[in-house]
Amino acid sequence: MTPLLEVERLTKRFGGLTANEDVSFTVGEGEIAGLIGPNGAGKTTVFNSLAGFFAPSAGSIRFRGEEIAGLPPEAVAARGVARTFQIVRIFKGMTVLENVLVGALLRHRAVPDAVARAREALRFTGLERRAADPAGRLTVAEQKRLEVTRALATEPRLLLLDEVMAGLTAAEVQDAVEMVRRIRDRGIACVVVEHVMEGIMPIADRMLVLERGRLIADGPPRAIANDPAVIAAYLGEEYRAPGA
Amino acid sequence: MSRRAGTAALLAALLLAALFPLAVARPAWQNTAILMLMAAQLGVAWNILGGYAGQVSLGHAAFFGTGAYVSSLLSMRLGLSPWLGMLAGALVASAFAVVVGWPCFRLKGHYFAMATIAVVEIVQAVVNGWERLGGAVGLYLPLAETGFGGFVFNRSKLPYYYIALALLVLTLAVNWLVARSRTGYYLRAIKDEPDAARSLGVSLTRYKLQAIALSAALAAMGGTLYAQKELFIDPGSTLSTSLSIKMSLVAILGGVGTLFGPVIGAAVLTAVEEGSRVIFGGTGRGTDLVVYGLLIVLFAVYQPAGIMGWITGRWLGPRAERPEEEP
Ligand SMILES: Nc1ncnc2c1ncn2[C@@H]1O[C@H](COP(=O)(O)OP(=O)(O)O)[C@@H](O)[C@H]1O
Ligand SMILES: [Mg+2]
Repeated sequence: MTPLLEVERLTKRFGGLTANEDVSFTVGEGEIAGLIGPNGAGKTTVFNSLAGFFAPSAGSIRFRGEEIAGLPPEAVAARGVARTFQIVRIFKGMTVLENVLVGALLRHRAVPDAVARAREALRFTGLERRAADPAGRLTVAEQKRLEVTRALATEPRLLLLDEVMAGLTAAEVQDAVEMVRRIRDRGIACVVVEHVMEGIMPIADRMLVLERGRLIADGPPRAIANDPAVIAAYLGEEYRAPGA
Repeated sequence: MSRRAGTAALLAALLLAALFPLAVARPAWQNTAILMLMAAQLGVAWNILGGYAGQVSLGHAAFFGTGAYVSSLLSMRLGLSPWLGMLAGALVASAFAVVVGWPCFRLKGHYFAMATIAVVEIVQAVVNGWERLGGAVGLYLPLAETGFGGFVFNRSKLPYYYIALALLVLTLAVNWLVARSRTGYYLRAIKDEPDAARSLGVSLTRYKLQAIALSAALAAMGGTLYAQKELFIDPGSTLSTSLSIKMSLVAILGGVGTLFGPVIGAAVLTAVEEGSRVIFGGTGRGTDLVVYGLLIVLFAVYQPAGIMGWITGRWLGPRAERPEEEP
């Protein structure tokens, strides 16, 4: 069976700077993959290539067997890939419900149908009591959650989450982790870019580690946490996987 | 304001507008009222692209002029009814809008606005030099058939008042429907965060082109009405940057992206224009542009939400930012 997502030798250059070099990995249906690495390692660049915001300099991206590298973002979204942004980009001139509605309209052209779907998505992520509020009034944690809700409303097969836990309190991180688990339980695969490893390690099926644009490790969380190369590059001596 | 109170207020306003010429018989005042309705209609049309989609066009006179010229030429050369000419003008303007929108939408923000100025200036220059279109001299429409069928009224200006009112109501209705449609939500999303909109499957080009086509068609209908009312059109009056700026100013003054903002903006701007004419004398275009420029600067700096911002903020309380809270 072909995996949901197959990335092969993905390379992205900006002038003289190589942000991603020969990055290859796969993500299976309903899998949670953690993508970690130091700041500037190229994690967001991988997302931008996957989601159609960058045309890769080389390499291929196959989603459900189809080559999607170089397609525009709207075409990638239509095929079932949704994303959030590291720096939130909610529609500030709209209510929370309207934000999610824009996502729901992708699969449900009639506004009343889309509204029903949007409300469902808001219930799923626990934002329904904020539905009528202007989106700009939400807290940072809620805005991040709103981006996830909006992405879910497009009914994706693969969800790309870019640092949705960064800047949250410990309790909020626990909520976010729980949410990612429930998204996966719905059969939606997730690639989670994260700095808060306490959050992502316990729920990830696989961990991918980027360093200076290259993938230096790919494996189960426990193995990754004890990999000397990874420790040297990123995790630091003080971190061990829970229970390791 | 509850939905029922809103509907009641709307019907009352419509009734007042319908009765206004019966109460105020002075032709000069009626003429000012017609100008106000026409300015409002153009502002509402502009708002679909400039307000909802956030694509500030300073070239909408190109579409207004297309409507004026297409219906006038069809009636002069082929004897086509100006009513059909109005539809033809709307279609031609839509097609033209898509053709110019395609390259212009590649530009962002101020560059888009500047490109649209170039469009209207080029169209004006072309028509100026095109003898068969009347050139710089312009076109005088024949007084062949007066009455409703011929869309020419020479005894009283009153019929133009009601036609302008009907066209404004139509334009408002289109705007209202768009705002509640998939396209309307997509346009607002594009205005706020284009990249986020794309990530949710929204094609920027497709929806901006829809917006400009619709906006241009409605502006063109206003152009036909202008031609039939004045019975004379020339590039300077129908294809000018100052007219383009006026359309945007009506919306900006009243409140971009709101349904009734341009109507209020048109009322205020028409009053200001008439006032400045009394104070400065004459109808020199120079004073108009000075007034427009001053108002744009003042509103951009102090009140970006326009007059509607004050009204909704004060009368409707904090929730008023969202007049249509339930889609
Ligand atoms: N649009 C861009 N143009 C030029 N350089 C970029 C662009 N986007 C990212 N980069 C560069 O690519 C490198 C990787 O950035 P990024 O993918 O954002 O890293 P991360 O998300 O892992 O922190 C950085 O050096 C960054 O400056
Ligand atoms: Mg990043």
